[in-house]
Amino acid sequence: MSDLIDSLLSLTFLAQVLRITMPYALAAMGGSVSERSGVTNIALEGIMLMGAFAAAAGAYDSGGAISVSLSYGMAAGIATAALYALVVVTFKADQIVAGVAINMLAYGITPYLLKMFYNSSSNSPVIEGLGGNIFANPVFWLAVLLVPVVHVVIAYTRWGLRVRAVGDHPEAADTLGVSVDGVRWQAVLCSGALAGLGGAWLSLSGSGFVAGMSAGRGYIALAAVIMGSWRPLWACAACLLFGFAEAIQVTLQTFDIGIPNELVQTFPYVLTMITLAGFIGRSRAPAAIGRPYEPD
Amino acid sequence: MLRRELATIGLALLTALVAGSVLILVVGESPLVVYQLLLKSTWGTRYGIGQVLFKTTPLVLTGLSVAVAFKVGLFNIGAQGQLVAGSFVTALAGAYLPPGTPGPVAVVLCVGAGMVAGGLVGALPGLLKARYGAHEVINTIMLNFIVSALVLWAGNSLFFVAYTTHTKTVIASSHLHHLGFEGSAANTSLFFALVLAALVHLFLTRTRHGFEWRAVGFGQRAAENAGVSLKGAFIGAMALSGALAGAAGANYVLGYKHYFERDIGSGVGFMGIAVALLGRNHPAGIVASALLFATLAHGGLEVSELVPKELVEILQAVIILAVAAASAYSMRRRVRAGVD
Repeated sequence: MSDLIDSLLSLTFLAQVLRITMPYALAAMGGSVSERSGVTNIALEGIMLMGAFAAAAGAYDSGGAISVSLSYGMAAGIATAALYALVVVTFKADQIVAGVAINMLAYGITPYLLKMFYNSSSNSPVIEGLGGNIFANPVFWLAVLLVPVVHVVIAYTRWGLRVRAVGDHPEAADTLGVSVDGVRWQAVLCSGALAGLGGAWLSLSGSGFVAGMSAGRGYIALAAVIMGSWRPLWACAACLLFGFAEAIQVTLQTFDIGIPNELVQTFPYVLTMITLAGFIGRSRAPAAIGRPYEPD
Repeated sequence: MLRRELATIGLALLTALVAGSVLILVVGESPLVVYQLLLKSTWGTRYGIGQVLFKTTPLVLTGLSVAVAFKVGLFNIGAQGQLVAGSFVTALAGAYLPPGTPGPVAVVLCVGAGMVAGGLVGALPGLLKARYGAHEVINTIMLNFIVSALVLWAGNSLFFVAYTTHTKTVIASSHLHHLGFEGSAANTSLFFALVLAALVHLFLTRTRHGFEWRAVGFGQRAAENAGVSLKGAFIGAMALSGALAGAAGANYVLGYKHYFERDIGSGVGFMGIAVALLGRNHPAGIVASALLFATLAHGGLEVSELVPKELVEILQAVIILAVAAASAYSMRRRVRAGVD
């Protein structure tokens, strides 16, 4: 037991928490941007998965150049988000339905591409990722820097104000000459870039892409957005909680403390359900969330 | 009304056909050859037809499951977990009943137990929605993960036959009859699913509760003002939704494997979403689109030498996207034209 406590207090554990939190936080920041503009983003899961695949492909193509991998991941995220925006912003389809379909698409297309390119149905070739020590990694610090940047953009810039305006009162924004669908498109693409980066982190912090590796993280990130009352900073704080829970789960698996592994693995999912039940009453969603804008 | 729905469905299928052809072309095969093989291996042989019917049964059930939740305006993405819970409990009930139990009693008990289990898994997110307003989409997805982990744990520590990932065989009297079709797995649970589809339709259109649920789906505030309990509708509809998905155990466990196996019916819960959408949430439409997706699912396996079998999943997603976009578009045009 004291071994367990020691290992929970170590720097390695902190690094573990941060490594696990990062994809959640990137996706949750993306989710807050899109949701503040009034577009629910269940598609985060699929966007992450596409980002993860593309980043691994980028690393393989470039022989492990991190900048190439990250741009591949972001580009795939943006492309997936563009398809989502086309369906829900331009064609005004139901956002939940379309989001789930985007996720199914990503879960289908990634193994399809794996077979096409690498003749494997489960994983990409092994790639050189971000390496073990994340504190020595510039990508990590870059991602950390994104947290305040996204917060400032949403809270204090003209564009951020427009995003919030089309999410809370699209009619008023339209009257003032803001293109509601235009801003929503931008917000969704922005969330695609961030969640794609989150996906890239997933495959790069391991040894490559594994089919279905997002494993519900997009949905958990969305839960974090709700817990954080749609504010990027608070959403990241919620992600830290999930990262902590998952890191504990990983650590517990190596220590036999009498809880079966199958049950320990459900920890992040159970935590998500409990927190959603506890937090949602107190947080207020953007007023026009999930509602396509129909000018009269 | 019907014409517009048919146009939407036709457009979606056409989009899927084109998308499928592109995907087949990029792996260097001929779409014509693949589509032909797909049709021949499904509707061209008696065995193929039987396998399609076998795969239709659970899709009708998960399609109905998603549709029932839709009627109250909720989105059940948890059909997968509900199906797993239902199948597991059906298999346990069948394995531990006294061997002498008469067939009809055994079948009713096993399927009933599975439906209760699925119903409970479905009712939980309904309750969380009703009581705390918690997002049912996220909760049903979380439950998919949680249920499969719980079932695996219960199986590994208590119920699985040593060194396997399946349970004991169910008693012989609970086995369902096969429908023939040259040894395919099609069995009588298909009729059970069809009867359930008719019953669900009657319930929604001819009973007070059914009317209330649909009222909630059309407008929560209006329904509440008219005295409908939103909480009751949410919990009830999600419980029924889960029970329908849980009934799918009849097909896999009683009709085919005769035990519960890890990864049973994987993907069928999610396919139910596509089935319900393409079937426009109408029982007849659901049965028709279940047949279509079952054809794709079985045909996809048969052509997997030429094209990765994930083709089917991709086409499902394309169909959902196209239906969602096209129906929203035509609705908008109708509103603009002042039709309603």
